[in-house]
Formats: sequence, structure tokens, C-alpha cells
Amino acid sequence: MTLHLFLLLAAGLFAIGVYGALSQQSIVMIMMGIELMIGGVIVAAAAFWSFLAPAAASGQVIVVAAVVAMAVEMAMGFAVTTAIFRARRVDTTDLAEDLKG
Amino acid sequence: MEMAVFWVLAVPALAGGVLVFRCGSMARATFALLSSLICVGGEVVLLGLPYLGVVIILMMVMEMVVMAVFMIAYMMNPAGLTPMSMVHNKRGSAVISVAVFVALAAGIFLVPWPRRAGSPPPDTTFQVGVSLMGGQMLTMITLGFVLLATMVGATVLATRRGRYDRFGDDLDRRPAHDPAGGGVGR
Repeated sequence: MTLHLFLLLAAGLFAIGVYGALSQQSIVMIMMGIELMIGGVIVAAAAFWSFLAPAAASGQVIVVAAVVAMAVEMAMGFAVTTAIFRARRVDTTDLAEDLKG
Repeated sequence: MEMAVFWVLAVPALAGGVLVFRCGSMARATFALLSSLICVGGEVVLLGLPYLGVVIILMMVMEMVVMAVFMIAYMMNPAGLTPMSMVHNKRGSAVISVAVFVALAAGIFLVPWPRRAGSPPPDTTFQVGVSLMGGQMLTMITLGFVLLATMVGATVLATRRGRYDRFGDDLDRRPAHDPAGGGVGR
């Protein structure tokens, strides 16, 4: 078990998340991509704590912050989906590109 | 042994991540993401952080169940009965994704990581608890306010009609303007 393996797993999760967040049209699917990216961040932060500085508690605090970011992203994503669906019956990003340009 | 556990968790984590965007069914995609993130929690436990790992697993189970409900409520093709494509710029996204992975992997192997400093505490849960209630108290308070602001913001965004819709811009309209009457004498 090495740091490299864990970081590669984190990079893989992050890259898959990037693909999802960029390619999906459905707003909820984009949120799923972002969740995967934050999952990668969590694995990387925990691996750094474990392999580089297990005596420093701040490493664990970064994991806590990433978990909170995940929860916040999810809650706000659902709220925005609800708001835009209610206002315009829109559930994909391609139908909500008024500010594009 | 730990190596085996790593692979047993890492492969489903990545496979679940890929499946999220391959499944036609929204419900299946949600559960693929759930399995992927549960494996992430397992990896965190494997790294010696049992408390945070279990918190991640429990949170993901709840979150994905909520997500499944949202999927079925809002999304175009919840059960995947009629195959349809819901992607844009697939090729560009794939290229960017692969480029990101290659760049990260290059960094992982090229950076001279420092040697391990210190040794893990006997109780990692105690370590994070003392830290959050001590040196990292400001972080904890900030996270608390962020969560509170999220609760308020999400509720406001998701509310169909707020008090300004009912009572007017100056909140002085009586009786309230409601689409349907109700209550005693109204």
C-alpha cells in the first residue's frame, strides 16, 4: 500500500467526475459528477494525512471540510433544481443558458 | 491483506464512478454513485480514519436516497425505459477528463513526496475531536455557519410562495393573498 496508489485512485475519481460534470445535460447528473470529484479530494486528503503527516490533526479537518462541501453542494444543487424547475420547467443545462456568452 | 482490501474497494469505486455516466436509468446511476462513494468511505477507514469513513458512508446512504427521490421526481428518464442520450460535447469532455487524469498522475509520480513525519495517534477519532474543539475551532464555527446559511438558502430557493408573495412587498396586506381560502371566517 503506497501513497501513489491512493493518489491514483483519487485522480481517477476526480477525472471521472470532471467528465460527468462537463458532459451531462441533466443538472442532477452534473451534481453527481461534482460528488465524485469531491470523493477524490477526500481520498487524497486522507491519504496525505495517513502517509505524510499522521501526527497533524489538520489533515483530518480537511476531510471534514470536504465532507461538508459535499453536503452543501448537494443541498444547494437540489434547491436550485427545484427553483428553476418550478419557474421554467427546465431540468437541463442546455435550456438554461441565458447568461452564456 | 491491506493491499487486497485496497483493491477490493478501489476497483468498485472507479467502476461505480464510470457506471454513473453509463447507466441509462437514473435510479441505477444513483446507486452506482452510492456504491462508489461507500467504497471511498471504506478507503478512508482503511487509511486509519474509522470515524470519518463511517460518517462518509452514512452520509452518502442518506444523500443518495434523497437523490433517488429527486431523480424520479424531476429527471427526463428516471427508469431508463426509453434509451436516450443526455450528454453534450462528449468528445471534448472525455479529452479534458483524460488530460486531467494524466496531469494528476504525472504530478503524483514526479513530485518528491516528503517522508512520513510523526506517527499516528492511538485514537484518530480523539485527535480530530480535540482538534475541532480546540485549535481548529474557527474552522468548525465557519463550517457550522456555512451549513446554517445553506439550510436557509436552500429553503428560500425551494419555497414556492414566501411571505412577500402572501403579504405584499411591505408585509402589510391583510388578509394574505392566498390562492385558496382557508382558516376560520376567510
